Amino acid sequence: MYDFEYHKPTSVADAVKILSADSDARPISGGQTLLPALKHRLNKPTSVVDLSGIAELKGIKRDGDKIVIGAMTRHADVANSAEVKAAIPALAQLAGSIGDNQVRNRGTIGGSVSNNDPAADYPSAVLALNATIVTSKRRIAADDFFQGMFTTALDAGELLVAVEFPVPEKAGYAKMKNPASRYVMAGAFVAKTGGQVRVAINGAAACVFRQAEMEKALAASWSPAAVAGVVQPADDMNSDIHGSAEYRAHLVTVMAKRAVAAAG
Amino acid sequence: MNAPVVFEGIGASPKRKEDLRFLSGRGNYTDDINRPNQTYAVMLRSPHAHAAIRGINTAAAAAMPGVVAIYTGGDMVVGSLPCGWLIHNKDGSPMNEPGHPPLAQGKVRHVGDIVAVVIAETRPQARDAAEAIAVDYEVLPAATSMAAALAAGAPLLHEGAPGNVCYDWHIGDLAVNQAAFAQAKHVVEFELVNNRLIPNAMEPRAAIGDYDRTTDQHTLYTTSQNPHVIRLLMGAFVLQIPEHKLRVVAPDVGGGFGSKIFHYAEEAIVTWAAARINRPIKWTADRTESFMSDAHGRDHVTKAKLAMDEQGKFLGLHVSTTANMGAYLSTFATSVPTYLSATLLAGVYTTPTIYAEVKAVFTNTVPVDAYRGAGRPEATFLLERLVDIAAKQTGIDKLELRRRNFIPADAFPYQTPVALQYDSGDYQSTLAQALKTADWDGFEARRKAAAAQGKLRGIGISTYIEACGIAPSAVAGALGARAGLYEVGAIRVHPTGSVSVLTGTHSHGQGHETTLAQLVTDRFGIPLSQVDIVHGDTDRVPFGMGTYGSRSLAVGGSAMVKAMDKIVLKARRIAAHLMEASVDDVEFDRGTFRVAGTDKTKAWGEIALTAYVPHNYPIEEIEPGLDETAFYDPKNFTYPGGCHICEVEIDPDTGHTTVINFTAVDDVGRVINPMIVEGQVQGGIAQGIGQALLETCSYDADGQLLSGSFMDYTMPRADDVGTLSVATHETLCTHNPLGVKGCGEVGAIGSPPAVINAVVDALRDYGVTHVEMPATPAKLWHIINSGRRAAAE
Ligand SMILES: Cc1cc2nc3c(=O)[nH]c(=O)nc-3n(C[C@H](O)[C@H](O)[C@H](O)COP(=O)(O)OP(=O)(O)OC[C@H]3O[C@@H](n4cnc5c(N)ncnc54)[C@H](O)[C@@H]3O)c2cc1C
Repeated sequence: MYDFEYHKPTSVADAVKILSADSDARPISGGQTLLPALKHRLNKPTSVVDLSGIAELKGIKRDGDKIVIGAMTRHADVANSAEVKAAIPALAQLAGSIGDNQVRNRGTIGGSVSNNDPAADYPSAVLALNATIVTSKRRIAADDFFQGMFTTALDAGELLVAVEFPVPEKAGYAKMKNPASRYVMAGAFVAKTGGQVRVAINGAAACVFRQAEMEKALAASWSPAAVAGVVQPADDMNSDIHGSAEYRAHLVTVMAKRAVAAAG
Repeated sequence: MNAPVVFEGIGASPKRKEDLRFLSGRGNYTDDINRPNQTYAVMLRSPHAHAAIRGINTAAAAAMPGVVAIYTGGDMVVGSLPCGWLIHNKDGSPMNEPGHPPLAQGKVRHVGDIVAVVIAETRPQARDAAEAIAVDYEVLPAATSMAAALAAGAPLLHEGAPGNVCYDWHIGDLAVNQAAFAQAKHVVEFELVNNRLIPNAMEPRAAIGDYDRTTDQHTLYTTSQNPHVIRLLMGAFVLQIPEHKLRVVAPDVGGGFGSKIFHYAEEAIVTWAAARINRPIKWTADRTESFMSDAHGRDHVTKAKLAMDEQGKFLGLHVSTTANMGAYLSTFATSVPTYLSATLLAGVYTTPTIYAEVKAVFTNTVPVDAYRGAGRPEATFLLERLVDIAAKQTGIDKLELRRRNFIPADAFPYQTPVALQYDSGDYQSTLAQALKTADWDGFEARRKAAAAQGKLRGIGISTYIEACGIAPSAVAGALGARAGLYEVGAIRVHPTGSVSVLTGTHSHGQGHETTLAQLVTDRFGIPLSQVDIVHGDTDRVPFGMGTYGSRSLAVGGSAMVKAMDKIVLKARRIAAHLMEASVDDVEFDRGTFRVAGTDKTKAWGEIALTAYVPHNYPIEEIEPGLDETAFYDPKNFTYPGGCHICEVEIDPDTGHTTVINFTAVDDVGRVINPMIVEGQVQGGIAQGIGQALLETCSYDADGQLLSGSFMDYTMPRADDVGTLSVATHETLCTHNPLGVKGCGEVGAIGSPPAVINAVVDALRDYGVTHVEMPATPAKLWHIINSGRRAAAE
């Protein structure tokens, strides 16, 4: 770890002030991604802005037909939330499947969504549920938010404040875990919200993406069998020592089928 | 009233004495030790697999805050890290044995090879300075795989090893072997890979060098399984420090699995540099360094041929192996594919002729050496896969084929054609017991039920033997070992009767502090709390050989028995004096000395006290004190064996394998502590399942480690292992006083073929003969998918 300055502001405004003044400052929420990077000296921020003292970033509330989750809400809190379990059980299940106990007790939705790791869980839920990302200065539609591997629409100095999830009629999530890291090797989040079907695929490619053909098939008939025949092209799939692009493409269909089955 | 006396001797399972300190975070590991005025070392490691060093500029780094010293290969010109086992080529010439300098001398040969050491007041300062060292590398083409290293025109790693070959060795009579094949009715041929593994002990390696100028005394604290061996190798071969000036301490060590047997460069570097700067130096590996500097395991490619008669009786076995040594010879690397593996190729079978040849190869990878089982898992995997394939090819049932070829229970001692003589075993019984526990007969019904759920069930078996209790020194010496392999045990009875045992073995998770103490409790009749096991310090313990090859109880325990014999004899003489009886009439049984046939007794404590307070004492005939040392050199190896059965279920949609259950019935000889044996076997099986389904080290063609962290190297987790059923079936070792055989490695040796045999069985409808380890989901899906496609076409 290199030396850095440490700040612990108590408001979003103060945090943004520090971050805007210095392009090499970084926010830290749960630290589950940033700290290992710092320890390995892969990252050299001038200062680290700890968001854990900002009360307005924490908590889960139901707001009409939306569930609003503050950026600093930990995975364990989402997994155990009565509101989330009642409204979007697939989201609670997803949060409860991230990493291990330690990770779930530290890692946050804001950190995970801002980080946009291709193998992360949350981005699939955000995209499939057509969530809105609330930031320190604007609202961003899920379709515009995830822009590529570890890249989002967030500007420098812009903080993710909350994620608003419309409550769906049906939603389901299934994933194949990478045998070593147990991050997502290929996952599918399927949702039907206000009659609209969205299918988001994570883990398999450089960035979470919507599977249009599966959406069409499910809109026509909401059943595992409807997606079973949809072949995901292998072209843009990841390939590494854990699995070929062809394997991942295959898994996309299997996971979509299972996600639909789980959604009921 | 006294509390009831709980039996804590041989056969009891008292809680482990060491666990209070381990489970409450009060262990004392090397990194927990801090010496006054201590500095910190960081190793600058090569990012290249193969490169010439044109120059190293340390000027900027040396000027950085906190830096105490920086040394490179030019500064540290010392002896080579030695190899402990000389192997001879087929033509009788000695192997090629290129040097292994602790700090690279002009050339680096694997990613992680040490180029410089930076010593600073703090670890971060040392790291900062290491980043500021400029090394001018001329990157050379690398040979990462054995095939690449053996190819014509391959890059040469060492001037002294033409063709990158270390040795080309063989065992057995080729002419006799060929004759057997000429008569064969069936011949099964097959090639397989034993995948390369990265050991990953929970505690990373660490070392502290300390030097006292006033006494010229060097001390090394290190994460070692065998501190005396390190003292000998480093003192005599690398740094030329005589034993009386060098103390090696291996305090609590958090797992070794073989990887902490070897003498590593960092130990020599901190010891050497501490004397130069006259301050203590601590080095602790981070996990990334562990991946690229701990000796890896396995990595063999083998072609095998089995000859059988009409009835499937094995007539002969022919085995050709290439074995990866990595970039340098680690301490025992050369013995693993040869004397620890090829000598096991008879397995539990009566194969009359076996010929094995091994070519050992240098590659631009981390050195490879013994890892839990060391050579024996490789032999067992080969044999037990071969037997299954032979069963399939001949149409003989796989259990029947094994039974037909088992060495019968009445044939012991049994001389194999590959040097070993097995003393005891009962393979039919361990097989029968395992089949029953695993409900082998009910399998087809379970397979059908799984198929109805769309899952592929398979069951696999392995009937195995291993050789441990390493080793009879003269035999090992004749085969090229450069060390003796006896063990020492000293029993120090204190004046009030409590006992300290000094053992040359070392416990790094195995529970010796409990098991070895149970031997004393059993013999002397004193409570376990009255016995302490002292190990891991060359200044406290007489010269012993350490722990590996499941030897601690069979060899170290036997040394203790010999020392206890001496204690009992002397104590009986003292008791005889006190009771005015003849020594021959004094009996000793668990704490009480009695004049035979009378009610005259003396208690253990009275005799101990008398030995140290010799007022009424036969001082002319017996020395005071009750403190005896014995060295024990085993007469033979010990031969644990048994049967492992694994049942798996494969999800054909994802290729993922679930271990449904795993049954082990092992003959480890007499069981001292059943709970500890169960734990040892469970741990071994977890590592065996890891090798079979999950773990593999991968390098790219340039020699970069692709599986260099837990993000990419799949360690087994609890839910990968399934339900384990571990039982023992005892036949006693006939040549050591305890009848023990050893249990540390059986789990890792017997299990991988059981798992892969199960996987292959699950895929029986897909025309599969073999699946290379690890059987990952992706690999199995490709097999299933191509099978499906073939069926569809
Ligand atoms: C062992 C292990 C296993 C894991 N397994 C999984 C898994 O299976 N699935 C999965 O999805 N994840 C997994 N993770 C990652 C985990 O979910 C992290 O919690 C998550 O990726 C980041 O969240 P965090 O709160 O820890 O963020 P941090 O590490 O604190 O930050 C991550 C990044 O986001 C930025 N950031 C943080 N908060 C904000 C904000 N409010 N606005 C803007 N930028 C912000 C930071 O500057 C940093 O760049 C695992 C992590 C570990 C250590």
